Amino acid sequence: MMYATRARQARPELFDDRPTLGERLGLAQMDWVLTLAAIALVAFSVFTLGQATLHDVPGNPHYYVERQAIYGIAGIVGMLVLGRVDYSRFRELRVGIYTFLCASIALVFFVGAAALGSRRSFELPFFSFQPSELAKLLLVLALAGFVIDGARRGSPLRRTARYLALGLFPAAMVFLQPDLGTALVLVVGTLAVMYFGGVPWPHFAVIGGAIAALIALVLVVAPAVGHPVLKEYQEQRLTSFLHPSSDPAGAGYQQDQSMVAIGAGQKTGRGNQATQTRLDFVPERSTDFIFAVIGERYGFLGAAFVLSLYALLIWRALRIVTLSKNSYGILVAGGIAVELLFQVFVNVGMCLGIMPITGIPLPLMSYGGSSVLATFLAVGVLQSINIQARLSRQGRFAW
Amino acid sequence: MYLRPEDRARPSRMALRIAVVGGVAVALFAILFFRLWSLQIIDGASNLAEAKNNRTRSAKIIAPRGKIVARNGDVLVDNRTSLALQVDPTKLPEDPAEEAAELKQIGELVHLKLPQVRKRIAEEEKIVAAGAPLTIRRGVGYDLIYYIEEHKGKFPGVTVEKVFVRNYPEEDEAAQILGHTGEVSEKELESGPYVGTEPGEVVGKEGLEYSYDKILRGTPGISRYQVNAMGEPTPGGNLTSTPPQPGDNLKLTINPAMQKAGEAALAERGLPGAFVSMNVKTGEILAMGSAPTYDPSVWTKPLSNKQYEELSSEETGDPLFNRATSSAYPTGSTYKIITALAGLENGVFTPDTVVDDTGSIEVGGQTFENSEGEINGPITLVPALEKSSDVFFYTQGYKMWKTDYLQEWSAKMGIGRPTGIDLPLPPGAEGLVPSKKWTEEEIADGNEYIESWGPGQNIQLAVGQGYLQTDPLEMGIAYAALGNGGTIVTPHLGKEVMDPAGRVLREIDPGPRRHVKIDPGYRQLIMEGLHDVTSGPGGTATSVFKEFPIPIAGKTGTAERGFPHANQAWFISLAPYPNPDIVTVVTIEEGGFGAETAAPANKQILEAYFAHQLKQEAEKEGESETGEAGEATETGAYVEEEAPPATETGGVG
Repeated sequence: MMYATRARQARPELFDDRPTLGERLGLAQMDWVLTLAAIALVAFSVFTLGQATLHDVPGNPHYYVERQAIYGIAGIVGMLVLGRVDYSRFRELRVGIYTFLCASIALVFFVGAAALGSRRSFELPFFSFQPSELAKLLLVLALAGFVIDGARRGSPLRRTARYLALGLFPAAMVFLQPDLGTALVLVVGTLAVMYFGGVPWPHFAVIGGAIAALIALVLVVAPAVGHPVLKEYQEQRLTSFLHPSSDPAGAGYQQDQSMVAIGAGQKTGRGNQATQTRLDFVPERSTDFIFAVIGERYGFLGAAFVLSLYALLIWRALRIVTLSKNSYGILVAGGIAVELLFQVFVNVGMCLGIMPITGIPLPLMSYGGSSVLATFLAVGVLQSINIQARLSRQGRFAW
Repeated sequence: MYLRPEDRARPSRMALRIAVVGGVAVALFAILFFRLWSLQIIDGASNLAEAKNNRTRSAKIIAPRGKIVARNGDVLVDNRTSLALQVDPTKLPEDPAEEAAELKQIGELVHLKLPQVRKRIAEEEKIVAAGAPLTIRRGVGYDLIYYIEEHKGKFPGVTVEKVFVRNYPEEDEAAQILGHTGEVSEKELESGPYVGTEPGEVVGKEGLEYSYDKILRGTPGISRYQVNAMGEPTPGGNLTSTPPQPGDNLKLTINPAMQKAGEAALAERGLPGAFVSMNVKTGEILAMGSAPTYDPSVWTKPLSNKQYEELSSEETGDPLFNRATSSAYPTGSTYKIITALAGLENGVFTPDTVVDDTGSIEVGGQTFENSEGEINGPITLVPALEKSSDVFFYTQGYKMWKTDYLQEWSAKMGIGRPTGIDLPLPPGAEGLVPSKKWTEEEIADGNEYIESWGPGQNIQLAVGQGYLQTDPLEMGIAYAALGNGGTIVTPHLGKEVMDPAGRVLREIDPGPRRHVKIDPGYRQLIMEGLHDVTSGPGGTATSVFKEFPIPIAGKTGTAERGFPHANQAWFISLAPYPNPDIVTVVTIEEGGFGAETAAPANKQILEAYFAHQLKQEAEKEGESETGEAGEATETGAYVEEEAPPATETGGVG
């Protein structure tokens, strides 16, 4: 009531003098620490790729750099624009968003481009678009809407079941692409939204138990009875971190090499002497294992700097959760924050040999248009929540 | 009041939930930081070491072994390259069936059947150190390299390597001296001069290849290159590669013409034997050989047991055995110079002492006869040498039997003592000069075949018989000392070390071993006696050397080796007389009288040494009107040089 009144009173002032571009973009209300952390990360990514991938594409030393820079700039623009959009509109568009995300994922099965045995992306004229990356954000936006709107419909149990169903359906489709990593992020996003949506603790206990049972079933029981759920390489990748050295030529090899690479960086890194990551000992060095490149080239200094930027990013995201002017903002910001945290921890943990290989890219660092764009858009949504919260405190509404 | 659901006041439990997530985030980041710290700071050094090890592979580049050339530059040993199909035994499949399948495939590449491949592997495993690649077949074609490269997956651990193989342009010449090379054995890796070499490396095994291995071997190069994860070399990824250092070349003191002459002389006679020709002042060995000989290129391929048997059995005359340095022969009369020196220097007899040679002497019921039963009548030292009167020397040996004079002078002159030659010799190669002390030791050791010391043994020794065991090289050293006035030279075959480009790095000159004080008058006397051997009317070798235009001193020897062996022939020459440059020793087993076989063979070597001079003489001869007149003058000219016959007659007087 109080907010609404203040807002109405403030409105006439805005018509008095036309807002500047800065005001239109809400630069004053933006979370600058968050913005700078995100930009610093993508800039560092471009810098790293520039040094690490010089020889990857014959005749085009700047192949990765140029593209990542373009994705980064496009992402920043997208972030700024989205930051000025009132995120609350997404709540109203929840059904549309959800339908779009499910349809785009489904469409990949029919017209997607196959890469390394899985169909994950559309081949667009300028880049290949991976709907599952955007799905990480879209699912949070839609599910948060469903949670808010369904808050008083049905028993808590039914609600929990409904949210789970809504979240797990796209996750299952992504899993079948197959893209285990992104599917896990979607599951985590779903759980995060439910968590901030107030799903009772006992439900989480049950869900936790179910997940544990599922893992046991998938990794132990199903292969034992002859109906493996995971493809063999998936299972190997998931479990190899538990015994990384058992097969240096197999799945554990990549992780071994990644750990050796990072360790070899020592305090200040090996710079251009970083042979582990330059000579293909570490696979996927521009994407999933880019943290190994940073660790080897720039040492503890560089790697800790990058980790600090992520800590900053997640701290600001969680802070925005507390600032949000409404519950929808809390759920969205919470979902995004937990998804980011999950991705960073799983990816960096994978490079450091303490998490399984799941194929989750490092947000903003890993090369890839879809991931960079989707992450920037997610940061844009966080900015929107921040801007809206600050504006509403100042008694001003969004444009 | 209207409140939209999202605008309701937040439940306080939301703060808890956010705090929980914040706590989890802090914990997760703490884990990451700690892990990062652990990998990079705590284990950083070992990880760095692993990474460095990871990215480079190194391949050894074999260094070609140095050449061995004769003193005039003629190549005696060099290298040729050969392709060898090798298999790394550690990369063969463990499963017996799979292993058999692969070995069969490998065998098909080089036209060998499975049992043959297995046999080859077993043979190789015996000679090479563990872990070294096993050579299945040498001399394979280049096309095999490409085939193996293309089918790498099919043949794990199989490579075609370019290897250097020793090449012997002169075939069997000086085989025992040059020796041979081979892959370093497991034993050699553990002790001896080859500690520090790597399995598979080729080292000298025998002869000069062994003694000059350090010079000849060279240093293998290492090519270090970066590899990617697949173990493939990265383009332009060649790192500091250390090029192989080819071995230095070894120039020998060998005079190839004399070497060839010596080899031919022995070969003509078809009997086992040996020759040595040496500079009396420096110990440079100009020629050295042992018959029968063999072509050392047999060593470039793995030797079968049967082949080895053939090279070392008694029936074939043991071609591997170097009779010039390692034999254990009695010397016959060639020993008499020692008896002469020992007697004269110790005052046992004088140059004027006359012994009545009645053809034999009887000592303690034992009769010692001249070898042909001839009777020389009253005789002094010089004619006793000329005619090789055994009775004269028997008498002196008898006079010295209670002393160690003969033994002392044998040792002084280098007989029964290590020679210091730059060749690896088997134990005991220094030979034996029997003495009272030695017989007592042997008897104490329970050797039933040795009789206790008595005059008979010293009498035998005085004429180079009995238990005396020596070899041509030791006799050469003794005669050289006589020729040069008392210097015991160090015989050596190495002359110069040259770098691969042919620049001389250093000269090899071991210097004399020691000096022996020899009365110049006595030396002169003995030399005269030896000269008479080749020129005097009763000289045992006059028949051989009377046409030889260059005056020489020499001594025949006919050593009895006991039934069933025929006598062993010796001839040792010092040329030219009276100031010799070279000593030449020839011995021929079962060659009969020294003058029959050994002396002509010795002359053949001398002809090679004096080839230039002989040619000049021949030209002079051609210039003079007719042969006979020319010959007469020639002989006359040399008679002039023989001028001191006065001393000779004086001696007799």
